[in-house]
Amino acid sequence: MKEFKYVITDAEGIHARPAGELVKAAKEFSSKITLTKDGKSGDCKKIFGIMALAVKCGNEVTITVEGEDEEAAAAKIEEFMKSNM
Amino acid sequence: MNKYTGKSVFGGIAIGKIMVYEKGEHQVKRVKITDVEAEKNRYYEAIDTAFKQLGELHDKALREVGEANAAIFEIHQMMLEDDDYKESVEHIIESQMVNAEYAIAQTGDNFSQMFAAMDDEYMRGRAADVKDITERLLGILSGNTGSGVDADEPVIMVAEDLAPSETVQMDKSKILSFVTQKGSVNSHTAILARTMGIPALIGSDIVIDESLNGKLGVVDGTNGVVYIDPDEATLSAMQEEQRKDNEKKALLQELKGKEDVTLDGKKIKLYSNIGNIKDLANVIANDAAGIGLFRSEFIYLESDTFPTEEEQFNIYRTVAESMAGKPVIIRTLDIGADKQCDYFGLDKEDNPALGLRAIRICLTRPEIFKTQLRALYRASVYGNISIMYPMIISEQEVDKIKVIEDEVKAELREQGIEFGNPKTGIMIETPAAVMMSRQLAKKVDFFSIGTNDLTQYTLAIDRQNTKLDDFYDAHHPAVLAMIRMVVENAHAEGIWVGICGELGADTTLTEEFLKMGVDELSVSAGKVLAVRKVIRETRVC
Repeated sequence: MKEFKYVITDAEGIHARPAGELVKAAKEFSSKITLTKDGKSGDCKKIFGIMALAVKCGNEVTITVEGEDEEAAAAKIEEFMKSNM
Repeated sequence: MNKYTGKSVFGGIAIGKIMVYEKGEHQVKRVKITDVEAEKNRYYEAIDTAFKQLGELHDKALREVGEANAAIFEIHQMMLEDDDYKESVEHIIESQMVNAEYAIAQTGDNFSQMFAAMDDEYMRGRAADVKDITERLLGILSGNTGSGVDADEPVIMVAEDLAPSETVQMDKSKILSFVTQKGSVNSHTAILARTMGIPALIGSDIVIDESLNGKLGVVDGTNGVVYIDPDEATLSAMQEEQRKDNEKKALLQELKGKEDVTLDGKKIKLYSNIGNIKDLANVIANDAAGIGLFRSEFIYLESDTFPTEEEQFNIYRTVAESMAGKPVIIRTLDIGADKQCDYFGLDKEDNPALGLRAIRICLTRPEIFKTQLRALYRASVYGNISIMYPMIISEQEVDKIKVIEDEVKAELREQGIEFGNPKTGIMIETPAAVMMSRQLAKKVDFFSIGTNDLTQYTLAIDRQNTKLDDFYDAHHPAVLAMIRMVVENAHAEGIWVGICGELGADTTLTEEFLKMGVDELSVSAGKVLAVRKVIRETRVC
C-alpha cells in the first residue's frame, strides 16, 4: 500500500471539474485509490463520492493506493494533484 | 399591463409572445417487473444514449459559448458513469423488482438531496446537475426527446429556472429572451445568455402560470424590467428603443469579427475599459480585443471593509477566464481624489487631486497593496492578465513597486501557491511621467496614457468646475504634444503605448493618434465599434 498527504491549494477546493479530472486519472489504474479528509473517505473513481467530501482550499487530504499498479498510480495521482489542485 | 423586475444579465429589448417553459419533468410510475436483466439493459442503453447526447451538446456548446462553459457537459458525462449512482440504480431494480425509471428517479432524488444538504454553496448548486442527468435518462427511457421549443415564431422564454443543458439545446432562432425566477448572475444560464447576446432577466418576481402563454411581452434588458400586455405608450417607447438598438446591432454585425487594422496594414490593439465586472458582457458583445483598463477600485468602493485576497482573486479570475486568453490589463487601486472610501481612514485634504491617492496610498500602506498584488498574481494563472500602476511620477516609485512585487512572489512561492507572470505597465497621467517617459520605459512593459488626469494636470484646470469651461480645451496642443512625446520615448525603448482616457474614444482624434504611432486604444465598450470603423478607414503613412 502507498500513502501520501497533500494540502489543497486551489482556491475553489476540489469542485466538480477537478473532481472529474481526478476520476479520469484514477480510472487509468486498477488499484483502489481512496481520498480521505477528516476521517471521511471517498473512492477516487467515483465523482459524486469525491465531490461529497467538499474538500476546500487549505484542507489536508490523505491518498491511499492499494493494488498491483500502486507504485505508478500513486506517482501519477500525486503529480496530478500538485499541478491541478 | 403587468410589470415585473429582475436582474439583467444582458441588455437590449425583446418584444414578442411569451412562452412558459415546460420542464420535461417526468412523472414516474413505479411498475413491478420480472426480468431484472432486461430492465438493467434498458438503463445501460439509456446511459449510452445520454452519454452520446452530452458529447454532442459539449461540441455544440464549445462552438457557441467556449471551453469554460462547455466543460459542464463533460462533468455530466462523468456523473452519468459514476459507480455509486449506477450501483444504486441497479440495486433498486434488483431488490425491489421495479422499472428502471423508478430506480433512476429514486437515485436522482437521493443524490441531489445529498448535495442540497451540504453546507458549501457551490456544492449545493450541484444538486441541479444531478437532477439534470436524471431527467435526461428519464427522458430517453420515455422516448421523449424533451425540451424542444415548439413555437412557430420566436418567443420570450419564461421559466422557473433553466439547466445549462436546457438552454444549449434550445433552438436559438426561436428565442428572443429569457426570463427566469431563479438563477444567479454567475449561473451557467446567465453566462450562456450573455454569450448568446440576447436580453435576459434572472431572479425576477414574475408570476408564472399557463395563462402567460401567447401573451405579448416586452423585456427591457437594459433596465431589468419585463412588461406583460404592455399599454400603447410603453409598447411604442420600447419599439423606439429597440429600433435604436437594432441600428447599433447592424453596425456591430458589420464590424464584428473584423480586424482592427488601418488601410495600410497597421494593426491596432482596440480594447475596452471596464469599471465593474458587470461591464464584461458589453465588452464581449462589442467584440473588443481585450480589456485595456480594468478599474479595480470598484471592488473597494462597493465594500464596507477591505476586500479580502480571496474576494479579489475570484473577481480577477472571473474576468480573466471570461476573456478567454485575450489581454486583461488591471489597474491597481486608484482611491483618493474624487473616489473616497471611509474605511481607508484617509484625512480630509485641501487639494485631493494633488493628495494621497492611488499608488501613493499603496506605497504608504504596503499591506493593502500586497493583498491586491497577491490576488492579481494568483489570478494570472487563469488568463492573460497585466498589471498597471496609476499616478506614477518617478523611477523611484517603479523601483519600490518592483521590490514589493518580488516580496509578494517570494511569499507565494514559499507557501506553495501557484501564480502567473503578468506583464507590468504604468499609467502616464502626470506631466512628470511624460517628461520621465524615456527612463520609465526602460523599467516597464507598456504605457497607457490617462488623458483625463493628464489634461487636468497639464492645463491646471479642474474639469468639475463649470466656470472654467471657456478656458478648457480637450484638444489642447500641449496635451497632444505630450502624447506624442510619450509615444516616441516608448518606441525608442521598444515598448508599446496606449491611450485609455476619454480622448482615446474621440474619433476626431483617432487618425492623429494612429499617425503618432499609438499602438493601443482602450475605450468604453459602447464605443469600440465606432472607433473600429475609423481605424479601418485610416491610412497612417
